[in-house]
Amino acid sequence: MSLGVKSRRVLNRLLQAVPTIFGILVVCFLLTRALPGDPAAYFAGDMADEASIEQVRENLGLNQSMPMQFVGYVSDLAQGDLGVAISTGQTVTQELAKRLPASLELTLAALLLSLVIAIPLGVLAATRPNTWVDHLCRFLVTAGVSLPTFFTGLALLYVFYYLLGWAPPPIGRLDMMFLPPETVTGFYTIDSLIAGDWALFKASLAQMALPVITLALFTLAPIARMTRAAMLQTLASDYVRTARAAGLSGRRVLVTYAFRNALLPVVTTLGMVFSFVLGANVLVEKVFAWPGIGSFAVEALVVSDYAAVQGFVLSMALLFVSLNLLIDLAYTLIDPRVSEEE
Amino acid sequence: MTSSSVTPATAPARDGLWHHLRYIMAENPLTGISFAMFIGLIIMAIFGPYLVPFDPLATGAGPALKPPNLAHWFGTDHLGRDVFSRVVVATRLDLLISVSAVALSFVFGSIIGSLSGYFGGWTDQIAGRFMDTIMAFPLFVLAMGIVAAAGNSVENIVYATAIINLPFYARMARAEVSIRRNAGFVQAARLSGNSELRVLFGHIFPNTLPPMMVQISLNMGWAILNAAGLSFIGLGVQPPTPEWGIMVAEGANFIISGEWWLVVFPGMALMLAVFTFNLIGDGLRDLVDPQRRT
Amino acid sequence: MAIPILDVQRLTVDFTTRKGIVRAIDAVSLHVTKGETLGIVGESGSGKSVTSYAVMKILDRAGKITNGKITYSGMSLHKIAESDMRDIRGREISMIFQNPRAALNPIRKIGKQVADVLIQHNQATKADAREKAIEMLKAVKIADAEQRFHAYPFELSGGMCQRIVIAIALACRPQLLIADEPTTGLDVTTQKAVMDLIVELTARFNMSTILITHDLGLAAAYCDRLMVMEKGRVVEQNASTVLFQSPQKDYTKQLLRATPRRDSNVRDLLPEAMHGKADPLPQSIPPGPPVLTVSHLKMGFGKPGSENYHLAVRDLSFTIRQGESLGLVGESGCGKSTTSAMVMRLLDVTDGHIEFLGQDIASIPASQFASHPLRGKLQMVFQDPTDSLNPRWSAERSIEDPLKNLSKGLGKTERKARVVELAGLVGLPTHLLDRFPHQLSGGQKARVGIARAVALDPQLLILDEPTAALDVSVQAIVLNLLEDLKHRLGMSYLFISHDLNVVRLLCDRIIVMQQGKIVEEGDARTIMDHPETDYTRSLLAAIPHPPARETHTDSGALA
Repeated sequence: MSLGVKSRRVLNRLLQAVPTIFGILVVCFLLTRALPGDPAAYFAGDMADEASIEQVRENLGLNQSMPMQFVGYVSDLAQGDLGVAISTGQTVTQELAKRLPASLELTLAALLLSLVIAIPLGVLAATRPNTWVDHLCRFLVTAGVSLPTFFTGLALLYVFYYLLGWAPPPIGRLDMMFLPPETVTGFYTIDSLIAGDWALFKASLAQMALPVITLALFTLAPIARMTRAAMLQTLASDYVRTARAAGLSGRRVLVTYAFRNALLPVVTTLGMVFSFVLGANVLVEKVFAWPGIGSFAVEALVVSDYAAVQGFVLSMALLFVSLNLLIDLAYTLIDPRVSEEE
Repeated sequence: MTSSSVTPATAPARDGLWHHLRYIMAENPLTGISFAMFIGLIIMAIFGPYLVPFDPLATGAGPALKPPNLAHWFGTDHLGRDVFSRVVVATRLDLLISVSAVALSFVFGSIIGSLSGYFGGWTDQIAGRFMDTIMAFPLFVLAMGIVAAAGNSVENIVYATAIINLPFYARMARAEVSIRRNAGFVQAARLSGNSELRVLFGHIFPNTLPPMMVQISLNMGWAILNAAGLSFIGLGVQPPTPEWGIMVAEGANFIISGEWWLVVFPGMALMLAVFTFNLIGDGLRDLVDPQRRT
Repeated sequence: MAIPILDVQRLTVDFTTRKGIVRAIDAVSLHVTKGETLGIVGESGSGKSVTSYAVMKILDRAGKITNGKITYSGMSLHKIAESDMRDIRGREISMIFQNPRAALNPIRKIGKQVADVLIQHNQATKADAREKAIEMLKAVKIADAEQRFHAYPFELSGGMCQRIVIAIALACRPQLLIADEPTTGLDVTTQKAVMDLIVELTARFNMSTILITHDLGLAAAYCDRLMVMEKGRVVEQNASTVLFQSPQKDYTKQLLRATPRRDSNVRDLLPEAMHGKADPLPQSIPPGPPVLTVSHLKMGFGKPGSENYHLAVRDLSFTIRQGESLGLVGESGCGKSTTSAMVMRLLDVTDGHIEFLGQDIASIPASQFASHPLRGKLQMVFQDPTDSLNPRWSAERSIEDPLKNLSKGLGKTERKARVVELAGLVGLPTHLLDRFPHQLSGGQKARVGIARAVALDPQLLILDEPTAALDVSVQAIVLNLLEDLKHRLGMSYLFISHDLNVVRLLCDRIIVMQQGKIVEEGDARTIMDHPETDYTRSLLAAIPHPPARETHTDSGALA
């Protein structure tokens, strides 16, 4: 597969993201204007008087036609202007930027943990049907899909914090005694390692443990399920039969012929998993008082800070689009057949 | 290659639905159990409010924050309300929300998806764009945005949940219809004088029902979790209405100081409901699939 | 007798299913000596594939060898350890299967797939595996082997994929090749090329072969000895020529009779018992006025002028007269399916006229033809009986559907009576009418499809490979049914097939298509005996024939 063909496909996928982003902008715009009653009043807040509301109306350009408003909306976005958060007085953009690393650290750690457990589990369940591994896998999948994330988090807190005392109290990323490390990546765990502060590393890891496990249990289920199903399918395929009939070793058949082919639908599932995890994130952050963008949104909801909520929705959507793009690109590179569809 | 052997003489004539239901329940005991649990849920939803020992809204029905005991099987909450009564009564609201939401998305999603899969062309392009735009958002986040924008009410929870579930049904219907679009029996249906729409909805769509049944049941479970999640963060249902998500939210403050029963019982109820729906998926599919009949 | 390299004694395999234990093969014994080709023939359910899977020890998890012995070159295989068996697979005994494209890993370069086998069995090191793989690709006659090493299966044709599968199987020069229906699904010319390749390579490497097939013609052409199986048991085995000349068992005789030969007519295909009872073939009457006239039919897919524009049918013209059967023959991609879809008005034409019973039907769009009064007069019997019936509908409902839609005058009882009448016409027992497709056998499903097609007394019936998916003995019965119906109901046929032998049985005239055009047409007899074009000649030459019968009676007297 020549480099030229590959880069052409990559470009194609990037271009396909443009209409998606446009769609997201339209929907977010509509959401900000969908409020029953006077949007200006909502954005100005409960305490505002007539003059402020009028001011807000001017600023938002609500007197103009819809298409013009949309143009205004997009140009504001291009400059990074998402409005002002009522409760803190900071701009929404600033708040989101400040809190994003916390959410990312949580989400990525959870994904990593679940991948490391789910994929081998799914493979083992498929290669040893009807054994304890298979049953364990099916049980975890069913439980993971049935359990509400917020409930799991609270249950884990009860057991490991209240009853056993192993976990620290759910007060955020670090215990009061510690100061956050120098910001390099924004991830406390990595930054503390960079700074060489072992105690800080352990402390931040301890705070992360329960929320990450809660989130990981949730993402474990669809990944393990898809891995098992995809492996079962490839193991029953004609080309694996050919490989076996040719006497290829068990390992070769499993890895090169079955697993690599099974990865394709698993990679596709990751897109759906990302969608779920970005939602579950909000719930977990609330339970554990994790200072990420999810808890920001929840707090904003309580005080009816709509600019903040819609800013949150938009940024989550853009984050999701980028993640999906990465997955698509990975898929395009793995599967040589993709060009056939174009 | 087809067999030239004759079908066994014992193959029975056309089965009634009831007979078939008994057959699949006997074949797989899990199906029987899950159907029983499902019936139990329905009964709780319909008759629950009439059968509970205490008024779910009555504060001071007992001393506050008492653990489970003989008088209050699930204990009492911080306002002295009976947790058991509240959990049972909440069944109706939670089921109502998810059933309505799933029904809406199933009906509209299947229609849109079937039309896309069958006719292709512009229908497919436009519907596809629409669904892609919905799926471009992390779904729970989109629900948050919709409810925040449209107003904080139970109705809007239903609409928001219905909207975010739409793409699943649309995509599934589209895929299942596309596979069958050029099958022999579909062409034969055209030759037998059926109009295009008749072919699509009378011949093709019923054949997509078995796989869709599984999807519906999984989706019901997810819709319940979604609705509960939204009320956990304060959207939709308002206190003092009993609903599992709100109850967990209210109890969250207390569990870390040891009063576990406010959270655990509504949480378990949630889990049981979702679990039941996940399990009946296979049973529903078998019920609807004529190939499972002996 | 030479010592056999493979000796199977009383092999029995059981499968555990939800309904209990099913015996797939029972006390099967066979042997293969060095350099010989053994054919295992049988219809579906005969157990021929299960036997080979058992020898290779690649049975499904649910299957077990419950009795018998398998000995290969003195080694016992039936109880061998899996790791030892793995050394034997690919190195001593190899197997190739049906459906070559699916048999290759879709995301791995084909050259690498060949190299994998070489490396596994220590026939090459990582360094020279590529070279040796390319050598093997050349041996199976892949052009541009160096380039093709890096190709993926989706870039190659079915025939090329099968060559690669053969390359993988023969790379380590095994002693025995088991070929399970290796040519099913391939064009008849590709089929011949693949079989000739197998013969050449097995001769070159001095190998033995087991060829598993349902096609007696293929078995006759390529096998030294034959073994006939039915329902998991061996019916008869003998040298190929002996078996064809003097079959001993009834089933073998039935199978041989059912295989169309150069000189048989439709009635000859029936088993002895039925042959006596069947009415003699009706006299052929001269054809009447034209029923269907197709002129300058053209069909293009894609945007004209763009590079993926494909002209499937170019300038096609032919006529079918009343009472006549026209055969349309060609390999895949020749445009015959597109033509039938256009004539049936399931597809809109790009250009050209179709006149049916005096009316121009090409101008009526496909989406509106369903309600046209002529719809019931122009019907089709489909290739795959299973696929052509709605899985959720009983046989009765499927047959009733055209009556419901197009015979508005009929009430419920009248429709039911008509359905029963139709069932009688096609020989479908009435108690089967309320069964679902999955409860019917292949032959029964085919009858339901035929009943549905003739429900409205069509004038023209298009038969699209109607027996391709059926066992040969069922095919015999269905072909006879079609012939009888044609005369009883006064229909004309357009019979589409790739199998010239079958076409010849039912058709008066034949047209041969290639790349969207007619290359030859004429009287059926003439075309079969004296083809004019090279293409037709190559088609005829590629069809493997069982030896022409010399006897008509059991007594052995020459006819």
